[in-house]
Amino acid sequence: MLNLFDQYLPLVVFAGVAALIAGALLVAPFLVAFKAPDPEKLSAYECGFNAFDDARMKFDVRFYLVALLFIVFDLEVAFLFPWAIAFRYVGDLGFWSMIVFLAILTVGFIYEWKKGALEWD
Amino acid sequence: MSDTSWVIPFLLMIVKSLVLLVVLLVFIAYVLYADRKIWAAVQLRRGPNVVGPYGLFQSFADMLKFVFKEPVIPDGANKGIFLLAPFVMGMLSLAAWAVIPLSDGWAIANLNVGVLYIFAISSLSVYGVIMGGWASNSKYPFLSALRSAAQMVSYEVSIGFVIVTVLLCAGSLNLNDIVVAQDTRFGLLGWYWLPLFPMFVIFFISALAETNRPPFDLVEAESELVAGFMVEYSSTPYMIFMLAEYVAIMTMCALLTIMFFGGWLSPIPYPPFTWVPGVIWFTLKVCLFFFMFAMVKAFVPRYRYDQLMRLGWKVFLPISLFMVIVVASVLHFTGWGAGLGQ
Amino acid sequence: MDVPAFFFTLFSTVMIVSAILVIAARNPVHSVLFLILAFCNAAGLFVMLGAEFLAMILVVVYVGAIAVLFLFVVMMLDVDFTEFKQGFLQYLPIGALIGAVVLVELFLVLGNWVAGSGSVAAVTTPVPPGMTNTMALGRVLYTQYAYLFQGAALVLLTAMIGAIVLTLHHKVGVKRQNIAEQNARTPADAIEIHKVASGKGL
Repeated sequence: MLNLFDQYLPLVVFAGVAALIAGALLVAPFLVAFKAPDPEKLSAYECGFNAFDDARMKFDVRFYLVALLFIVFDLEVAFLFPWAIAFRYVGDLGFWSMIVFLAILTVGFIYEWKKGALEWD
Repeated sequence: MSDTSWVIPFLLMIVKSLVLLVVLLVFIAYVLYADRKIWAAVQLRRGPNVVGPYGLFQSFADMLKFVFKEPVIPDGANKGIFLLAPFVMGMLSLAAWAVIPLSDGWAIANLNVGVLYIFAISSLSVYGVIMGGWASNSKYPFLSALRSAAQMVSYEVSIGFVIVTVLLCAGSLNLNDIVVAQDTRFGLLGWYWLPLFPMFVIFFISALAETNRPPFDLVEAESELVAGFMVEYSSTPYMIFMLAEYVAIMTMCALLTIMFFGGWLSPIPYPPFTWVPGVIWFTLKVCLFFFMFAMVKAFVPRYRYDQLMRLGWKVFLPISLFMVIVVASVLHFTGWGAGLGQ
Repeated sequence: MDVPAFFFTLFSTVMIVSAILVIAARNPVHSVLFLILAFCNAAGLFVMLGAEFLAMILVVVYVGAIAVLFLFVVMMLDVDFTEFKQGFLQYLPIGALIGAVVLVELFLVLGNWVAGSGSVAAVTTPVPPGMTNTMALGRVLYTQYAYLFQGAALVLLTAMIGAIVLTLHHKVGVKRQNIAEQNARTPADAIEIHKVASGKGL
């Protein structure tokens, strides 16, 4: 417990100092810079005309598919981390159980590939 | 409560953090300058050369200029999130440096799970982009935020697999231990870039994609998206995005150095090279990798989005997954489990 | 108040407050951002328990991956949530009924829940000295719990297939790039050379 604290307290302090620096930079122009707001200046950027409607729109479901596949692979990586660390101690059983794990997921990956989920069009 | 023994160590922590951050930011000012100079040299231009001798104070002049520019917040924007985005981005990218060992034991926080911490921080940096792009309430930032989120997550998977192969060899998540594991009598040849060469290449290219550097800078492809998710930003909020991008690049260079290039170790493990302080070797290696980043920016044309996704999912992902199995098999069946060359 | 107690209070308070704000915030994007804040504080609490690996994985997986998906959905689907809330009173009785049933079920489950023999002792056993908890986890997960581990693989496989079945649809008439084919092209099959006589055309 105490040991962990020795490790993480400097991290918290460091993040705090980093936050202070970022915050100070962010606030600075609001304090010192010249301001002259104007409706044209404050409107959203468009190529020479006023925006027709709200910028937020529905978009291709493909982006959700990428995010979903990412979650699956991220979890796979999460399972690999402790295995890599304990690799020397888990012996044959540990090695082969990970190979089976990866083989099962490779089946999924091949399915994905064949179905064309990785195509971007 | 009259126990004040915590005051001195606490102040020391703050001072250490401040020193590292200030040195890092000044270093980045010159990295920015170097980036512009290298880019200019490749194109036979002279680059920044007016402010100070050889333009050496250019970055500081730019910073002052940003601070005195008018901060514009568009009317349609969600103001809180609009300002939160650069703050989050800046703070997270700087916070990653808490665990980077500049020399043996020279890290602010020597975490047991240092690699995972950096992995977590880099997976969070996607939020700055999404929040900024969405809060602007403008078409181009929105499209850019979408693209960039999909791009960053795609390459993070292969980065994860590459890290796993390094961990298999080093057997620790602690960044300090990973460098120590590369300390052999072979010096340069004992570092992981040689046995894990394909992974080294994949990591380098994925790092370019993860930090939105050219040729993967589709986030701010100016021909299609103007300036990407930063279109509506001005003044220091814009500057913090740029700064965070460069800090992230430095983090990636540092990670490359630590995982594949022996961190603070001397390339030739005999005197007089070992008399040079580790932090100097570390800085030199980081500069070498940054030079490679800058050169790639200067002469590689931008990828198309479908090619980018193909490269991430259909080339890097299968190769790195396969290499995890190959590295593990080699270590398992040859009994080199204790780390290469140890 | 000592430092650990201070941080525990800080993390748990922020976590509970942000959890409440997740359901109280009007803007769904704010809800997701508060959810992320709650996850980060949960990670802080994990660190305080000594479970640093779990803390980092919580951030990597929940904040870095799952919350990105949530954010995608609420930001980009652009559902008009105020419209949803107009039917609030109409659906209140049936919603309250379902909520009450779930609550009763939870109480029944928790009331009958007894810790298995030995598990209390196992929980309070400290991590063996000289071993990081990643290592401790790695040593049992792939050997002692190999079956459950393979079960996790099957769950992930199902998730992958499910995601594709539910969301994949191909546009028709899209021209795709085949890089291998492109690279294999030679001038012989890409170019035709004709000698054109002047004034005749092809």
